[in-house]
Order: sequence, then structure tokens, then C-alpha cells
Amino acid sequence: MALLSFERKYRVRGGTLIGGDLFDFWVGPFYVGFFGVTTIFFATLGTAMIVYGAAIGPTWNVWLISINPPDAKYGLGLAPLKEGGIWQIVTICAIGAFVSWALRQVEISRKLGIGLHVPFAFSFAIGAYITLVVIRPVLLGSWANGFPYGIFSHLDWVSNTGYQYLNFHYNPAHMIAITFFFTTCFALSLHGSLILSATNPGKGEVVKQPEHEDQFFREVMAYSIGTLGIHRLGLFLALAAVFFSAVCMIISGPMWTLGWPEWWDWWLDLPIWAASSGAAT
Amino acid sequence: MSNYQNIFTQVQVRGPFEEGLPLRRDYSSQPSGAFFSWLLGKIGNAQVGPLHLGFTGVASLFCGFIAIEIIGLNMWASVGWDPIEFVRQLPWLALEPPPPEQGLNIMPPLAQGGWWLMAGFFLTAALILWWVRTYNRAKALGLGTHVAWAFASAIWLYLVLGFIRPILMGSWSEAVPFGIFPHLDWTGSFSITYGNLFYNPFHALSIVFLYGSALLFAMHGATVLAISRYGGEREIEQITDRGTAFERGALFWRWTMGFNATAESIHRWAWWFAVLCTLTGGIGILLTGTAVPNWYDWAVEHDFAPGYDVSSTYVGTPMPVPEALPVAPDVSGTGTLEPALPEGGIIPAPDPAAAPAAPIEGTAPLTQPADPT
Repeated sequence: MALLSFERKYRVRGGTLIGGDLFDFWVGPFYVGFFGVTTIFFATLGTAMIVYGAAIGPTWNVWLISINPPDAKYGLGLAPLKEGGIWQIVTICAIGAFVSWALRQVEISRKLGIGLHVPFAFSFAIGAYITLVVIRPVLLGSWANGFPYGIFSHLDWVSNTGYQYLNFHYNPAHMIAITFFFTTCFALSLHGSLILSATNPGKGEVVKQPEHEDQFFREVMAYSIGTLGIHRLGLFLALAAVFFSAVCMIISGPMWTLGWPEWWDWWLDLPIWAASSGAAT
Repeated sequence: MSNYQNIFTQVQVRGPFEEGLPLRRDYSSQPSGAFFSWLLGKIGNAQVGPLHLGFTGVASLFCGFIAIEIIGLNMWASVGWDPIEFVRQLPWLALEPPPPEQGLNIMPPLAQGGWWLMAGFFLTAALILWWVRTYNRAKALGLGTHVAWAFASAIWLYLVLGFIRPILMGSWSEAVPFGIFPHLDWTGSFSITYGNLFYNPFHALSIVFLYGSALLFAMHGATVLAISRYGGEREIEQITDRGTAFERGALFWRWTMGFNATAESIHRWAWWFAVLCTLTGGIGILLTGTAVPNWYDWAVEHDFAPGYDVSSTYVGTPMPVPEALPVAPDVSGTGTLEPALPEGGIIPAPDPAAAPAAPIEGTAPLTQPADPT
């Protein structure tokens, strides 16, 4: 049942990638589709495995429940269920659910006659997840390098993994990723603020136009990127943040095993410093 | 699939410059100077300028210039005024805050943090003057002041780090040094000193809002680009008189996840996520060392951190740290495998019973905090 006043006319058949009319219907506000069914399958199985792992684990404290990857001794093989096998199944389910979700977004986009930017963007997040739990562990030769599924245990993993490289802030890709994250947050605040300030100008004021928006940022910082450009920029910044986050992990271990502060020695050792008296040291 | 996805502007139209609207307040100086940039025109407006500086703009840039000069000249002096070494060591150079024995002395010797205090003063003045600008420019155009208040949230975090928290701790030495690697060292040391900032709930919230901002901007940016074929980027129009663009955008999310924002409310989500990132971050920093001496201990007390035998809380096997360090893959073909870390290189998890951790090898020496008791 279409719920929004304008919704009914958009609820049309077609646009599916697979299965024709099979599952081409809605449940409440949700579109189902073939990939909705696969999403439900993977999500249910994965959640059930997490609950099972919690049930045989030592705690029901939600902050502490953790589904751990297998020990290093299992390498890249399958581990017994209670020794990391649960983690492996959950990982497969997570990837299955995420990819299904993205393909379902493609179907919905096609149905609505809009671009595929959202599933394209979501694929970066899926890529970052797969980098952490599949590609990097494979390159390092053991599933033990995946991160545990738990609220604070995954933070412990981030801490421990970071300190294995002494100070992870020196990882150049990490620097780029953080810069993009901060810039994304900054740009989002400016964009959100600008739209709200134009449409909520205060008592006695009329709603403003893009001319006002452009003029505001031209006056304040010499440049206004414009109504279309800000969305291109925002999407780029967000995706670059995710992409470089994945890069900063994939190079940690597979490509660099020492402390990240040491990585910067190449800069100090460049031949161009030869004229300096201090460079010899 | 081969549809035009509107990533770049394909045809750039050049007309006369947009001069700007008539304003209700007189300028102290006229905005002037504009040019077109073909490259910027590929993704957004091609027009750059006209900029309006006015008194606060000029004063802000002047103060910012002074701050950068103080920082840069101090760094240059620290390598004996050798220009090549200045460039070579620039990422490592610092202008450090006063040492602990100076406490909150606002007139320490120049070489003992005096320069740092002056740089901090001028940088703060530059930021506040710039804030006044964002407020005044919005008022002059009859806009709301949302930009200014979002900016204020960022200034809050800056002031907590460099001003408010040091005062509560009773020492300027608590503040962040100026410098590229030095401020990263400070961040790393700060977390270790206070028992791992990941256990600080406000730090967790701040990260949630930071990642949430990236998520929201990816969702919003992608949605608007996807509906731009229906004019979705004309958001003010879509807010005041919803058209098919945002109907489709809203239905996309409704059908995907059962919930949708509107053309206006998505910007409220955006504003709050971005603002709360620095707001909660500032609260988290403010509490660290002042109200909470060790976040790990605090987490154990409040039942959300494992007691230190971490492995006992895990199903199956212990965490693969530190016994199972990542092993360098055999990429050289020599057949040797080396442990990922030199002996003793790994930093043990903070021991709740021990004093604040010693500085990490390879990072700058940690300025010890005042005794939290």
C-alpha cells in the first residue's frame, strides 16, 4: 500500500535485474525484489549466527559480545564453528547481504528512472569492508587478521592493529583518509547550513534563492561551487575518504611492516638535501 | 547503463559576471574582483569572486598571517635558520606550548612557550574575526545564521583543545603543539595517557558523527546527482514546492530502507551530524584528565570494557594480538618470513593498575599530565 500521497503513481512494475516480475512487489514501505529476498536470507542467517556465538560465549553484555576470527593456525582454511567458523559464516553473510542491498538499490533506481549514484557510492563502503576482512587477511595469509565483530572488541582491534605500526597517524594513506573525512564533515556543515539559512531566514524574511547562496560564499571565501557542484564535491569527498581508508589498511602489513614513523625516512634521505650541512647526520 | 551520470559539466556557458544582489547594509569596502576558471567550471560554478573582506576579513587575515609567521619563524629558528633543513625537517618541526613548570603563566619566557601563547592568541583572534564575518555576511544578505553557528561548533573544539582544557588542568603544557607530526604525536600520546580514547563515549559519538557525516554526504550527494536529470539540485525550489525530483529521491530511500528524509529535512540531518561531530568531540576532550583520569578504568567500572584478560571475553580463540602478529607475506621470493615488528615494538594494552603509560618509542616525548587526583 502506497503510503505517501504521491507514492502510488511511482509504484510500477519493471526495472528488475533478475527474475522478471518475481518478487516485484512492496511490503509496507519496503520494495522487495529478488535481491530483497537474498538480503533477508543473508541478514537473517548472519544475525542468527551472531546470536548463536553470543549464546555460547561468556557474556550477554551487548558492549562486550564479540564474534572473533579464527586463530592464525588455521591460516586461510575453514575453522571449526566454535573457533572462528562462526566469524567466517558471518563474514560471508555480511558480504552477501551488502552486495544484495546494493543490487536492490540498482533495481529501485531503475524503477524510479534515476541515476545509479547511490549503489555506486555504497559499493565503496562494501569495498572497504571486503578489504578489511578478506583482501588484507588473504594477503597476510590468515583469517586471524580480520577484525572481530563486537562493539568494543572491534575498537580494541583498531587500537592493537594501529600500535603494531607504532603510530598509525604517520601512515600517509591514513593521513589522506582523515583529511577527507574532516573535509567531508566541513563541507556537509557548510551545505546543510546554507540550505537551511536560505529556507529559514528568520522572522519577516522571505525565502532566499541560489543567487543569495552564491553571493554569500563568494563574499565569505571568494568561491561558491553552486547547487549542482556541491553535491558532486560532497560525493567525491565522502568516497575518497572511504577509498583511502581502505588503502591505509591494505598497505599496513602487506606492504609495510615496520612502524609508520620510520616510513618517512625516505624524505629525510632524499639526495636533494645534499647541500645542507645537517643532512649528513 | 550508458546514461549521462552528470559527474562533470560538459558545456560551460559564459555570460557576464554575476555581480551580486543589492544589499541592505553599506559595505565598509566594495566587493571586487572576479574571474572565470574553466577547471572549476567542470564541477561547479566557473566564477570565482567577488570576495568581500571588510574590516573583520582584513583583520582576520592579518591575525592569521601573524600566527603563521610566529609558528614558521620559530620552526625555522629551531633548525638554526638553515633554509634547507627547514624544508627537510618541516613535517617534524614544532612550536611547543609552555613546559609544565610554567603552569598557566600567561607571560612565560618567549622560548618557553611565550611564542606558542602569542601564536595561539592570534590564531584564535583570526578564527573569531572570521566567525563575525560569516555572521555579518549572512545578515547582510537576509539569510539565516546557520553557517556561523556550525562554525562556532568547530571553534568550540579548537578552544577546548588549546584553551579551556589546559586551564582546567592548570597548565598550558596540556595543549596541542603547532606542527604536522608533533600534533599527531600529541594525539597518540593523549589517547595512551588517558587509557585509550576509544573507551571515551563522547569520542565514540564524535566518530559516529564524523563517519555519519561521510555517510550522509555520500547518500545525499549521490541522491541529488541521481535525480539531477529532473532538476534535483534546485533544492530551495524542491523544498518550497516539491517536484518529481525529490519525490523520486524520497521514494528511493523509502523503498530501500523504509524511511526517507525530505528536501529540507536532509539538510537538518546534515547540519546536526556535522555540528555534533565537533560538539561531542569537544566534550570528550574536556572530560579527559579533568573528570576522568583513565577511560579504560572508567569503562571497566561501567561494564563496557573487558577486564584485562581480553581473551576471556571472546568466543573461541583469543584475539590474534599480540602472539599472532601479521607476518610479512613472502613477496621477495627469498622464502624468509619476518615478524611484522621489531622485538619490543608492540605497545601493550594499557594496564589499568599502572601509572600513565610511558611515551611510545618513535613518538615525541609525552608531556606528562598533572596528577589527575
